[in-house]
Amino acid sequence: MNYIALKMLMGDKGKYIGIVMGLTFASLIMTQQPAIFIGILARTYSFISDVGLPDIWVMDEKVQFVDDIKPLQDTELYRVRGVSGIEWAMPMYKGMLKARMGDGTFQTCNVIGLDDTTLIGAPALLLEGKLEDLRRSDGVIVDIDGATEKLAKPPLIAGGKKIPLKIGDSLELNDHRAFVVGIAKVTRTFQSQPVIYTTYSRAKSYAPKERKLLSFVLVKAKKGQDLHELTERIRANTGLTAYTQQEFKDMTYNYFIKNTGIPINFGISVLLGFIVGAAIAGQTFYNFTLENLRQFGVLKAMGTSNFMLLRMILLQAILVGSIGYGMGVGLTALFGYLMRHSILAFKFPWQLLVFSGAGVSLICMFAAFISILKVIRLEPAIVFKS
Amino acid sequence: MNIAVRCENVTKIYDTGDQKVTALNRVNLNILLGELMMLVGPSGCGKTTLISVIAGILDQNEGACELFGENLLTMKSKDKLRFRATQIGFVFQAFNLLPSLNAAENVSVPLIINGENRHVAKRKAIEVLERVGLGDRWKSLPAQLSGGQQQRVAIARALIHNPRLIVCDEPTSALDHASGHNVMNLLKEVAVHKDRALIIVSHDARIFNFADRIAEMDDGHIVKIS
Repeated sequence: MNYIALKMLMGDKGKYIGIVMGLTFASLIMTQQPAIFIGILARTYSFISDVGLPDIWVMDEKVQFVDDIKPLQDTELYRVRGVSGIEWAMPMYKGMLKARMGDGTFQTCNVIGLDDTTLIGAPALLLEGKLEDLRRSDGVIVDIDGATEKLAKPPLIAGGKKIPLKIGDSLELNDHRAFVVGIAKVTRTFQSQPVIYTTYSRAKSYAPKERKLLSFVLVKAKKGQDLHELTERIRANTGLTAYTQQEFKDMTYNYFIKNTGIPINFGISVLLGFIVGAAIAGQTFYNFTLENLRQFGVLKAMGTSNFMLLRMILLQAILVGSIGYGMGVGLTALFGYLMRHSILAFKFPWQLLVFSGAGVSLICMFAAFISILKVIRLEPAIVFKS
Repeated sequence: MNIAVRCENVTKIYDTGDQKVTALNRVNLNILLGELMMLVGPSGCGKTTLISVIAGILDQNEGACELFGENLLTMKSKDKLRFRATQIGFVFQAFNLLPSLNAAENVSVPLIINGENRHVAKRKAIEVLERVGLGDRWKSLPAQLSGGQQQRVAIARALIHNPRLIVCDEPTSALDHASGHNVMNLLKEVAVHKDRALIIVSHDARIFNFADRIAEMDDGHIVKIS
């Protein structure tokens, strides 16, 4: 009977392709929109992810998220270093500074100051140049997206393409000269501002004069040290707040969820996409069963049990669901791959794969269940009607 | 003489909520083995309801209907399905072939329902198709066959599992005169057997002469058996 079920499903190529396409489209919008949503939210903490080396971030207790800088005094670095269980502790400056462009316009940049000696917190992937060149006079490393877009030089001819910033080019940061010594690949941040890396001492010279300029203390725990115990000890000994990398990411993520309109605005579209996808998938499969109701009636009249018909419908649902889901997810992955160099936020974690898979399965099962009810209630005498 | 179908005081009432419609009113009918019985009468007289009750796909409200000594009304649902799958063959007015299966696959469906291996069933189906003159068309889909050919496939499907009762609902009404005549000749030739009974619902007067007996129905009653 499985063979008959499959032939019923695939016999009419047009209908079959229609069902699979419907489910593919449903799976596509059920995965693509959430992937963009997750991608946008992941950008809120992308900077923390990029600075992968430290275990703990130490900051002022009033900090609410990664861009909410409440500067500390430089002496706090030494107090943190005095806490037991710490392998090393390094300073980091993070601030928004204005860069003056060649055409006289200004662009706000995210300037990161790294410890002069160790350069801890530097970008993991340098596309051009060497990290140690940051120690050269006025050296800065610019992220590739900033270099090719917002910090790019004006075109030579009107209407032409902007000229990407490259090694050896200079720019002005808060009236200070800076030379590009490297181009790095970093994850785009939520505001998508250009990211400029330099040393901690030089960043302080670029920044407007303030009594406190230390943004974060990056801490590496000694081997075997329990991170939560260490964060508690740092809090107790310094009066500062310390978070593990994951806690800091969560705090930033939660801030955006609670205090911005992103979840409600984007979330509604994602939810609608999911509902529309579910409706299309369910309706498509239900219609298929309805169209085949007479055929099920014939089988029923000839002695096929409800259980066997149920199995046939489930088999059909599982098959079209799997194919449609696979194609939809494949298209979403392809979309993400093709957009990988664009400004589009896209993150496709395995949890989304599982979630959407469960969603499509539920929809197919639900549609199959409704269809099955229809078939079970079907009066086989229908076959005697012309 | 052995009785294949015995209906005694069979009454079937359709309850549509607002009103009750008596489709069969104390119907009595016996059909013998080896007999071709034709049920005739105007539309709405209860012919289709009667064959639905006889075939066990509708339950009567009152009376008894026995097939080969078995009362389908008192049978468990599972046993009734099994009985229907093994003992009854159907030929429908609209053929009701599965459009995505070819002729041989359509014919093999009753055997597959009865648990036969698909490949064995198909081989047997081709043999039966040869008996109804469509051996060379076993690969054809229903849409590729004429109405008469489709009805031949349906007859082959009704015969393949060697049932003891064949129920035909208006088998010629969708066909032209020549095709209808051919289908009836075929039914008479391949379906009528001393161990089998045929019941044919029709209001096509051109085929009445094929019947061994004719039961005329009107308004839920059998008014005459000739």
